[in-house]
Amino acid sequence: MTIRTEPMTVNVGPQHPSTHGVFRLRVTFDGEDIIEVEPVFGYLHRGTEKLAEERTYTQIVTLTDRLDYVSSMINNQGFCLAVEKLLGVEAPSRAQYLRTITAELQRIASHLMALGFFLQDLGTLGTPLMYCFRTRERILDLFEMLCGARITVSYARPGGVFFDAPDDFWPALDNFMPVLRSEINEIEQLVLENEIVMIRARDVSILPLDMAINCSVSGPVLRASGLAWDWRKMEPYDAYDRVEFDVPVGTKGDNYDRFWVRVQEMHQSARIIDQCVQQIEPGPIRAHVPLVIHPQPGVEAYGRVEASKGELAFFLVSDGGVSPYRCKIRSPSLMNLTVTEHLLVGWKLADMIVTLGSMDINLGEVDR
Amino acid sequence: MLVGPVAVERLAAKLQEAVADSVERWSVDQVNEAAVWVKPTLVDRVCRFLREDPDLDFQFLNSISAVDFIEYFELSYHLTSMQRHHTALVKTRVFGRENLTVPSVYGVWRGADFQEREIWDLMGIHFEGHPNMKRIMLWEGFPGHPLRKDYL
Repeated sequence: MTIRTEPMTVNVGPQHPSTHGVFRLRVTFDGEDIIEVEPVFGYLHRGTEKLAEERTYTQIVTLTDRLDYVSSMINNQGFCLAVEKLLGVEAPSRAQYLRTITAELQRIASHLMALGFFLQDLGTLGTPLMYCFRTRERILDLFEMLCGARITVSYARPGGVFFDAPDDFWPALDNFMPVLRSEINEIEQLVLENEIVMIRARDVSILPLDMAINCSVSGPVLRASGLAWDWRKMEPYDAYDRVEFDVPVGTKGDNYDRFWVRVQEMHQSARIIDQCVQQIEPGPIRAHVPLVIHPQPGVEAYGRVEASKGELAFFLVSDGGVSPYRCKIRSPSLMNLTVTEHLLVGWKLADMIVTLGSMDINLGEVDR
Repeated sequence: MLVGPVAVERLAAKLQEAVADSVERWSVDQVNEAAVWVKPTLVDRVCRFLREDPDLDFQFLNSISAVDFIEYFELSYHLTSMQRHHTALVKTRVFGRENLTVPSVYGVWRGADFQEREIWDLMGIHFEGHPNMKRIMLWEGFPGHPLRKDYL
């Protein structure tokens, strides 16, 4: 006698610990196999783009903190670069270095979150996550020294940064860098070649390169599929044209490669920070930009940065007023979600959460 | 290898040749990024050509942005070619406020999926040929399109 099975539709989320925010996956299973997937989001939609139309350019910096709330520094940097493009000004060298240092620290912090939760999703029950959080805490302490905030930092300003680093920041950073390296190595030794991680993540949910490009996927997910495409290299901004670093690429585009690329990127970020600390020189930290910015009417700018999740861009249109006429945010997490269906259909229930973890989405940014 | 914008005159000439009467005008501005304006009804054909022409090779759609200029809506397509290391900006203007439709580029780039749905949701421009044209951020039945300038 054969046992008849019926497809079953299950809602994963919006309140589910493994969806990394208020994200819902409507999944249809045939037994354990996923046969249909529909991502549903918008639960965290705060109308950031509409709010931006009512605020001055400097005030919008605080809104960008709340996009991808685990990489606020990079969001601030991206927005400020877009405004600088709009005004045609360039930040002074010291500010560029400060923004590069903070952005790379933030990238490490964000990747640590991604790794920790990826391993958590694999079922490691806390230990690696706590290892990652331990290191991230130290980075947040450094941010607190810089600007008094840990998460919603609002550190960059159009034309530079808010404050110069206090004197005790530099020794603290110097002390932290060897600790960071040893802690990353420790996490690496613990999990990078771990047999269980390999078995669970290798060759699972493969994303072919042509599909990744066609679906506008960017960031570590694109690089894991085998293309060395990094806007820090392709269109250098701030101090990235004055530092050396490599772009790690995966070979297969499976869950393991996405995980591996992030680990390697943390090493590269540490390299960038070291070079910046050596090259940074005293000087002004903000270009002459008025507090209330009035760009020329009819000017528009598309400013992009390589955020921790991928290409983050701000498309600003000015009508000459104190706030942008339109502020469109191109969020990498939203674009990366386009491939969810391809990555999940045909795989098992147990792989679903792991794949979602390997994509490292942030719902603050998906919904905006 | 750095990425730079493609020469806009050449782009406009190629588009005009490949899709008859598609180019309305192009701009080479001191401040703004150079752009080509195309006819809204021909957007899908233009985009297909942009992707498939080996010389242009725009495989990557960075973003689609819609701006409400009251008399018209402007859609901006930011494109990148990873092979040729160049970028382009293609724009189109849709006049009017009600029943706006533009052909979907979903068939050209899958990456347009969520962005076109978002533009429909928040700006109220319908994309013809998109297989799943429904709201994305807000719920079905939400009154109006909030990113429009006349929505308060």
